[in-house]
Amino acid sequence: MRKSFDGFLAVGGVSLTVERGRIAAIIGPNGAGKTTFFNLVTGHLKPDTGTVLLDTRDVTGLAPHDVCRLGMGRSFQRTNIFPRLTVYENVQAAFLSHRGRGRNLWSRVERLYREETEALLASLGLLERAGETSGFLSHGAQKQLELGIALASEPSLLLLDEPTAGMSATETRETIRLVEHIARERGLTLLFTEHDMEVVFSIAERITVLHQGRVIAEGTPAEVRADAEVRRVYLGERR
Amino acid sequence: MGALARVPWGPLVLVAAFCVPAVGSRFYTFLANDIVIWALFATSLNLLVGVTGLVSFGHAAYFGIGAYTTGLLMKKLGLPFLLAFPAAGVLAGALALVFGFFCVRLTRIYFAMLTLAFAQIVWAICFKWNEVTGGEQGMPEIPYPSFDWVAALPLVGGWRTAEYFYFLTLLMVALCLWLLRRIVGSPFGRMLTTIRENAERAEFIGVNVRRYELAAFVLAGAFAGLAGGLFGIFNRGVFPDFAYWTKSSEVLIMTLLGGMGTFYGPAIGALVLIVLNQQITSYTEYWPFVLGVILVVLLFVFPGGLAGAAQAAVRRLGGVRRA
Repeated sequence: MRKSFDGFLAVGGVSLTVERGRIAAIIGPNGAGKTTFFNLVTGHLKPDTGTVLLDTRDVTGLAPHDVCRLGMGRSFQRTNIFPRLTVYENVQAAFLSHRGRGRNLWSRVERLYREETEALLASLGLLERAGETSGFLSHGAQKQLELGIALASEPSLLLLDEPTAGMSATETRETIRLVEHIARERGLTLLFTEHDMEVVFSIAERITVLHQGRVIAEGTPAEVRADAEVRRVYLGERR
Repeated sequence: MGALARVPWGPLVLVAAFCVPAVGSRFYTFLANDIVIWALFATSLNLLVGVTGLVSFGHAAYFGIGAYTTGLLMKKLGLPFLLAFPAAGVLAGALALVFGFFCVRLTRIYFAMLTLAFAQIVWAICFKWNEVTGGEQGMPEIPYPSFDWVAALPLVGGWRTAEYFYFLTLLMVALCLWLLRRIVGSPFGRMLTTIRENAERAEFIGVNVRRYELAAFVLAGAFAGLAGGLFGIFNRGVFPDFAYWTKSSEVLIMTLLGGMGTFYGPAIGALVLIVLNQQITSYTEYWPFVLGVILVVLLFVFPGGLAGAAQAAVRRLGGVRRA
């Protein structure tokens, strides 16, 4: 896929396949095109050229709400929740929308999908805080809530844009363990971007390295770690 | 707080409102009728402003269309109220569908400006289309619905026509508010709230944001139309200024004054603004000045409106008692 903004080539010919049930990561320095790539996949941006296939279905150019409905869930780099709703309402809203109840003008909303919502909150460790206004949660808890919102859409492919950005080391470790656990348990296909190399190399099965909008390496963690180009432009920079 | 929340406020207020003609003068019935209609108008606007997060500057368009619809049907075609009143909602909703189709393609200030532009078009048509709307002169002498059969019933006979119309207004507005309450508390209402909170995220839980915004726009327009239908009869005439931008701003002020964060806030705003207007204009001709001061105080001191301030006060009292 390719995408440029006013002549700036943000994503230039990136091709990526994630097998069903695999955990894959995209890494690369700031401005490498990771978020743009995500936005192309999820329909927030339209690619100049290229296609997006979910299973065998062409979802290129569909609106985000359609892409979501077809089984793609995502979290955003800047935390993206419904701040003045409670934790419970945040996740419940995603259930309501996903199960097609949004057109119901009559039922009382409070009791719908209570069990599902509470079960999901429990698996995220957020159940005790279900009644709290989500905007007042800590940054880490908000990130976890956003993961819950994405999971409530029961996606087959989950895209996480820096799921641990801004978290403390402990929060990061917990979140990653949680993400991995949930992905394995539900058989999700997971594609994520991450700055924390420790996180990436600990859970990803495939890693794609982007640099200036292009793929410079692709493979297992061991292959990527050994790649000379990657060491030069990316891993090397960090040392 | 818990005890206060459990009081069935809605039915209580309705019963109290029914008693107004019995305990007050004709003037109070008139005032109450005015308030009740504006309460519906303001609550319909709040479906957009408070629930969905869309600020409309042109809500009077649908109010005006509703007023003309009911007025024309009753005066020129002699249709009964039971047909002419729902027609106001249907026609206003239909027009909201057409205008809304364009409006929801824009956001924020651009959305607001386009609603205003459409409303001014409606006003201009009402003002100039002499054959149908009566143009600048408007359409006076809208007949009251016929209450002969009600007056003939035992127990409820003996009121004046204006008072029967007030009772009818109360019933219709109570029904509409109940419907709106159900809509706000439904899954659909929750989807609208997610749009207000974060449209980008709403889109990615699978909500077709534009379509839901349009649905809210149509519903809000339809209920505003119903309020307009009642107002034309109450006012004994329909005039182009029903659709003028000052009406749009008035209803927006009521919504803000009462508090857009609660369901009944806008209705309280309608009550307070109309009563204040009534009281203050009897002392001074500078009502707009007083209104301006009220607004400034409101925006800085009670950003949640009167209902928001009351909620905060109750919560604080509850907290003190518990401590």
